[in-house]
Amino acid sequence: MANGAALEQNTSALWGGGRQPFGASYGKMMMWFFLLSDALTFSGFLTAMGLYRFKYEETWPIAENVFTHFPMLHGEHPLLFVALMTFILILSSVTMVLAVNAGHKNNHNGVVLWMGLTIVGGFMFLGSQAWEWYHFINGDKGAIQLENNAIVYLTKAGSEGKILSVYELVTGVEKPHGDHTEFSTGDVVSAFGLNTDVTLRYPGKAETTMTREEAVKAFQTAKLIQGASLRENEYGNVLFADFFFFVTGFHGTHVFSGVVLNIIIFINVLMGTYKQRGHYEMVEKVGLYWHFVDLVWVFVFTFFYLV
Amino acid sequence: MSDHSNNPSEHHDGPEGTAWIWKVFWILLAVTTVEVALGIIKPEILLSQFLGTSLLNVIFIVLTLAKAYYIVAEFMHLGHERKNFIWTITLPIVILIPYLTFVLLTEGGYMGVLMNQ
Repeated sequence: MANGAALEQNTSALWGGGRQPFGASYGKMMMWFFLLSDALTFSGFLTAMGLYRFKYEETWPIAENVFTHFPMLHGEHPLLFVALMTFILILSSVTMVLAVNAGHKNNHNGVVLWMGLTIVGGFMFLGSQAWEWYHFINGDKGAIQLENNAIVYLTKAGSEGKILSVYELVTGVEKPHGDHTEFSTGDVVSAFGLNTDVTLRYPGKAETTMTREEAVKAFQTAKLIQGASLRENEYGNVLFADFFFFVTGFHGTHVFSGVVLNIIIFINVLMGTYKQRGHYEMVEKVGLYWHFVDLVWVFVFTFFYLV
Repeated sequence: MSDHSNNPSEHHDGPEGTAWIWKVFWILLAVTTVEVALGIIKPEILLSQFLGTSLLNVIFIVLTLAKAYYIVAEFMHLGHERKNFIWTITLPIVILIPYLTFVLLTEGGYMGVLMNQ
């Protein structure tokens, strides 16, 4: 019967494979589904940080007081370095789009040039992140941890809460650029006893300053904190440091694996694998991953450094 | 059945040339510059309360979502895919992430209130 034959033909057209219900190849579609799940993972981390930030609102550090350094520049430059990192990542995203674009036109040399530049951008970002971690881990001005684990800063009476660095208190001169001298709690306690105009203040939004008497009392059980680790954090609540290491570390791992994937595909491009295949869709697939890394950074930038 | 894993995706017409790429780049750069400038200056007038946070934070979040839109729709080309694919990817995100954010932030605020009692 004519009807049966038509049905059979339709069935084989539907189930014979080779169709793209989404108009995207298997590999590209699966990359998108992976990115969807990865986006949910990252949002899990960022919202978990939001939970603790809302819980410990008083002691949560303000990022612009934490990340204030810029290479070769003296003084405090909040946001400038992360802005540079953002710029590097956006630029490497642009070179990736240009590589994909060249691939669509089967322009072999174009793909080589733009993918190569993307890899360079990836390494620049990783280097910047290492620099940022180095400064966060080594710390800046140093802080005092009280008996109840609260972090407080040294400040001179009448300086409107301006943080006095541990270096300046102990040595009497301003902390030089890039100095990472480690002091002992004893150094700070004796220097604090000598400088009677120095008191303590709380970090965060409230910035309450203690009287000298309160500060002297608090100093009896004080502990000096320099820098940040998973257990202590001179900038405030230790969870801030934990989330910083975890979220930017997880993102950095993504950047690193992105660079590795880019290099693998780059080598394939150089060997002419895709020229032979007739299309450069593999470049597009790693491109999706690379843009995703940029996308995540846009959110990390906002929720770690801006808000 | 033949192996289809190396078949390319069907072609979707996007904009020609590279001008659109640089246009998106300038948009992303401009938005980032505005964010950084606002973050450094912190204009007094934008620190007023709005939707449970400061107006400045609301502006940051809106600008961030705008950047995310351009990256996903243009750089990742999702805006030029088939409609069913666009919704398959964006709908779970649009539903789950705001929900998760709402639940965790509400809970975090409540935990803070309990702790300070």
